[in-house]
Amino acid sequence: MKRTILALLLITTLCFSFACERRNGGSGTNAVDSGGEIVVGYYGDLTGRTASFGQSTRNGVEMAIDEINKAGGINGRKVRVIVEDDQGEPNKAATVVSKLVNQDKVHAVLGEVASSNSLAAAPKAQEARIPMISPSSTNPNVTQVGDYIFRVCFIDPFQGDVMAKFAANNLKAKRAAILYDFNSDYSRGLREFFTRSFKGLGGEIVAEQSYTQGDRDFSSQLTQIRAANPDVIYVPGYYGEVGVIANQSKQLGIKAPLLGGDGWDSPQLWQLGGASLNGNYISNHYSVDDPSPAIKKFVADYTMRFNISPDALAALGYDSMRVLADAIQRAGGTDSAKLRDAIAQTKNFVGVTGSITIDKDRNAVKPAVVLKLQDQKFVYDTTIYPEGMTPPASSGASPAAGYPSPPAAASPASTAASPAPTRAASQPTNR
Amino acid sequence: MDTFVQQLINGLNVGAIYALIALGYTMVYGILRLINFAHGDVYMVGAFAGFYIALYAGFAAGASMVTLIIVLLGAMIIAAVVGMIIERFAYRPVRKYSRMTTLIMAIGVSLLIENIFVAQIGATPRAFPDFLGSQSQAPYRLFGNAAISKAQIVIFLVSIALMLLLQWIVFKTKVGTAMRAVSFNLNSAKLMGINTDAIISLTFAIGSALAAAGGVLTAQYNPNIDPLMGILTGLKAFVAAVLGGIGNIPGAVLGGLLIGAAETLVVGYGQHIGIASTYRDAVAFAILILVLLLRPSGLLGSTVQEKV
Repeated sequence: MKRTILALLLITTLCFSFACERRNGGSGTNAVDSGGEIVVGYYGDLTGRTASFGQSTRNGVEMAIDEINKAGGINGRKVRVIVEDDQGEPNKAATVVSKLVNQDKVHAVLGEVASSNSLAAAPKAQEARIPMISPSSTNPNVTQVGDYIFRVCFIDPFQGDVMAKFAANNLKAKRAAILYDFNSDYSRGLREFFTRSFKGLGGEIVAEQSYTQGDRDFSSQLTQIRAANPDVIYVPGYYGEVGVIANQSKQLGIKAPLLGGDGWDSPQLWQLGGASLNGNYISNHYSVDDPSPAIKKFVADYTMRFNISPDALAALGYDSMRVLADAIQRAGGTDSAKLRDAIAQTKNFVGVTGSITIDKDRNAVKPAVVLKLQDQKFVYDTTIYPEGMTPPASSGASPAAGYPSPPAAASPASTAASPAPTRAASQPTNR
Repeated sequence: MDTFVQQLINGLNVGAIYALIALGYTMVYGILRLINFAHGDVYMVGAFAGFYIALYAGFAAGASMVTLIIVLLGAMIIAAVVGMIIERFAYRPVRKYSRMTTLIMAIGVSLLIENIFVAQIGATPRAFPDFLGSQSQAPYRLFGNAAISKAQIVIFLVSIALMLLLQWIVFKTKVGTAMRAVSFNLNSAKLMGINTDAIISLTFAIGSALAAAGGVLTAQYNPNIDPLMGILTGLKAFVAAVLGGIGNIPGAVLGGLLIGAAETLVVGYGQHIGIASTYRDAVAFAILILVLLLRPSGLLGSTVQEKV
């Protein structure tokens, strides 16, 4: 009996000591700025089915950090990144973000690309009140997890709308088929928004088929789609499956172009699909072919460093880090509440992927580009602007979509955008 | 009508690959009463062997039918060696123990192969080179919309050729007779002067080579290969072998084709009866349960099978 009481007492003391320690640790380093090095956590799928997403984004983040540190850091403080691999699995994403915020005590988190992974991990950052910026998760639910979750890319209602408009207005399509990934939040969201917009524009969805990530054969879905005789086929998936889908649709003799989203953007796409991808279109965040000096410099620097041309995910990774750096500078430190507010107030920040303004839902409002797939290249086709955003005049400077001169690291967001006449003049806008 | 015919072509195309893998399951079971769960991974090893041969020989640039045959043969030889190594070092030492020991060993070998590959080359999928130019070539039109692509024709022809070759080896050659003798009764075969170890080794080699052929061929239709590609495909091929009657060679082929067709038709037409295309993987296993309940010996199996 004595022993039991003693044991109970011991256990209670232990529990208390843990609880105290945790509370101390939690509020001590997370919320209050203690000066010194700024630690940023990055998580992404460095291995797995969509590994090129995580790798490109990490490259972009690391490049931005190196530039910032070379320029003297943020307010004189150096930035260090802790990289975690979540293997593209939502539960692992949640685990690594827990580790980043609780164990590594990072000041902010960057990631993920795939919306399903961001959705799984965001609650961990929100609970710990550590700001998280997703570079490229486009599903609208991601930032609705909480007020500490942001993104620097457009969202799927817009992206789905862009492709629907492009299909209806530019390709004059009346009949669309959809082939989407049943288990992906990203894919399901885009399907919904594309359908809504396309129907609103007088189009008709003539067939709808689904697959799951990791499927190896799409011919039966494509056969059903072929039988419905669509003008275009919307495939809002990730590159690993899309490359194969393009391949197999060619082998079935399907001539209707495939349309997709930013999930197609990977060098691996070409290895899988090759020539079968020619003539298809995607919506994306930026174009490497953009003649504006900022993008040219980014593309040149990135290509020199990594020996590969930067995809949109690399550019968004780069932008997410620079938006964060800008916010830390304006917040005057890494106090998490102040940093959160500073990120929320980001306005007209000139990024590689366009001007970034964080709206009240913590999303970025930006134009999208439509790229045509031709001979192993994403060729710029047109730019589509969100409702209420004015396309730049042919010669004037417009902060909304202007591409400025090479930005200095951590430059304040108020830098005026310089004109980018080439892009605006040569391309018809599509609203 | 043309859509249905097309779905059938698609299904048989998938089924031909299952059949090639199912043959290995069924042959090994016939001889050792062992479900070789590492067989699906041998299929993956075959695909990667083909991928690396093509990579290091520089075939990806000058891809043609001839180089495909070289890659195919190379991958089959490598997989055959891998199969023999697995048999020699994992199964033979435990063969004298209970069958359960060998079965658990098979699961262990399967996990070992997968994880060695993940550790060595990573789980990132690779793109298998397109040897047949199917990325840029339109298919051959049959009637209406129904068409057949070059890759599909090659998959059919090579599979049929390999199956006929196997049938010839088993029924017309001396080794084949020895294989059948061993499968009939291992100890008696030994008493008749048959080198049973060599015959078992050969059985693994042939089965593995067929799986490797499946791996390379399927990569012509779906170029996405990764270290875990053998798990699901292997399991479905196992179901195919059970469906046809495990231990029965024509049964494995029939089972493979049926599973492939069933899967494709469910994706194609399931929507009309309220079955989503995501049930594709469930179909094979539903069939497995039905077969085990209704006809445990399989479609072509005649003898009553023991439980595994």
